Amino acid sequence: MAEPQRARPKATPETRHFWDGVDAGELRLQRCNKCAKAYFPPRPFCPGCGHREVTVFKASGRGFLYSYIIHHRPAPGFTPPYSIAVVELEEGPRMMTNVVDCPQTPEALQLDMKVQVKFEKIDDKTTLPLFVLAKG
Amino acid sequence: MRRNQVAVVGAAETTKLGVVPDMSQMQLHADAALNALGDAGLTIKDIDGFATAVEQPQQVCHYLGITPTWVDNTSVGGCSFMIHVRHAAAAIEVGLCSTVLITHAESGKSNIGRTPRGIAPDSLNGQFELPYGVTTPASMFPIPVLRYMKTYGITHEQLASVAVVQREWAGKNPRATMKDPITVADVLNSRMIAYPLRILQCCLVTDGGGALILTSADRAKDFRTRPVYILGTGESVETPMVSQMETFNSSRAFKVAGPLAFREAGISHKDVDHLMIYDAFAHLPLYGLGDLGFMPHEETGKFIADGNTRPGGKLPLNTNGGGLSYMHSGMYGMYALQESVRQMRGTAPAQISNAKISVCHGVGGMFAASGTIIFTNQR
Repeated sequence: MAEPQRARPKATPETRHFWDGVDAGELRLQRCNKCAKAYFPPRPFCPGCGHREVTVFKASGRGFLYSYIIHHRPAPGFTPPYSIAVVELEEGPRMMTNVVDCPQTPEALQLDMKVQVKFEKIDDKTTLPLFVLAKG
Repeated sequence: MRRNQVAVVGAAETTKLGVVPDMSQMQLHADAALNALGDAGLTIKDIDGFATAVEQPQQVCHYLGITPTWVDNTSVGGCSFMIHVRHAAAAIEVGLCSTVLITHAESGKSNIGRTPRGIAPDSLNGQFELPYGVTTPASMFPIPVLRYMKTYGITHEQLASVAVVQREWAGKNPRATMKDPITVADVLNSRMIAYPLRILQCCLVTDGGGALILTSADRAKDFRTRPVYILGTGESVETPMVSQMETFNSSRAFKVAGPLAFREAGISHKDVDHLMIYDAFAHLPLYGLGDLGFMPHEETGKFIADGNTRPGGKLPLNTNGGGLSYMHSGMYGMYALQESVRQMRGTAPAQISNAKISVCHGVGGMFAASGTIIFTNQR
């Protein structure tokens, strides 16, 4: 029997551009054409002002570690302990992710550290935007 | 809403709390409801309004034999019951019904007849949180804590003291699940669940339920129980995704619901004799004290660590032992309400002498929602 696996996201018409972007190695956000607010998660109107004309754009992929936990309990597809983090992107929105390729310890993970997106292919169909600590 | 127009005239928890393997979730609803009816001296046929969360009203109404003219199924997590009280008070005031039963039940530990709750992979939570390894509330609710601690200078020891103080209250409560005293060192040496929170800073997982009966304050005086009046109410929601809160330094839902209830009640913080802040995890009382305006967030950790909320302290908080030590079936709000009602009736195991005003503040989801009820025994 197959091991229980990590949950896979399933796109909707409103979020398709985001997941297509991740597959293409781009972190795509949206910005309101009227009030210029950049926002996430995806939706075809501005959550700040309700305007329906918005533009998808490629974000820098840079941000900082806003907060996190180190989860010590079992989870399908994960080997504890592992971080579950929220990063704040340079453009303003925040998103949940995992900070990977570093020790999963409070010493290694300090709030406000700079992070950079890393697109990780978890199977043939799914790539996820994970983050690594920025160099330098 | 006008003050003191509606009162709680019946209140009870399930006969057994903790591990109840011989009852389904639906029967826990019924057990709590029948106990509350007995408490109020009513029969099921006297009930014409009904509210619950998770289960649909028709399920519980049919099981109990209720023919309602008003139902509410607000289901926003553990504070749903605070919001039911608010909605019920409004419904009674405008005459949609006269006698409301609110039930909660959850076979949280034994998992018997439990209504399934899942996250679809194409929901926003399913796309933008679930793939990062969130599972139980313990993997989500603590995510804001480190930011809060850094912003306000809260220490790990202060955060641990929340669990210590609540265990002290639980020690006075024969129905509490965990009663043995603990120290800050015990908390900080307990098993890590989701850094920075350890197991003694996470809620229990238990079976149980509770029910409330409300009617107009004018009718309430004819009941055998001491009326507990609804003085002020508030509610709000923010986001189902903890990652998308406006800020981790406070809860927007708390900051709307709490002050709304205080304004409606026309009271100030110094008038509060007794306080319940839903504590699914140890950081929630800190957020609650700050967001409800009792003190600046910078002072919340020190306030609890200094003993101000412990037995004999100036602001008795979570006097049943809370979700950390009393019980937590999954949606704890009903038990916080029950403790506020007991304190206002003068029947709590750890009774605050001469308490006249009790504030009961709830959270739903992971800071997703909030409801606040302010009770008084004075009209």
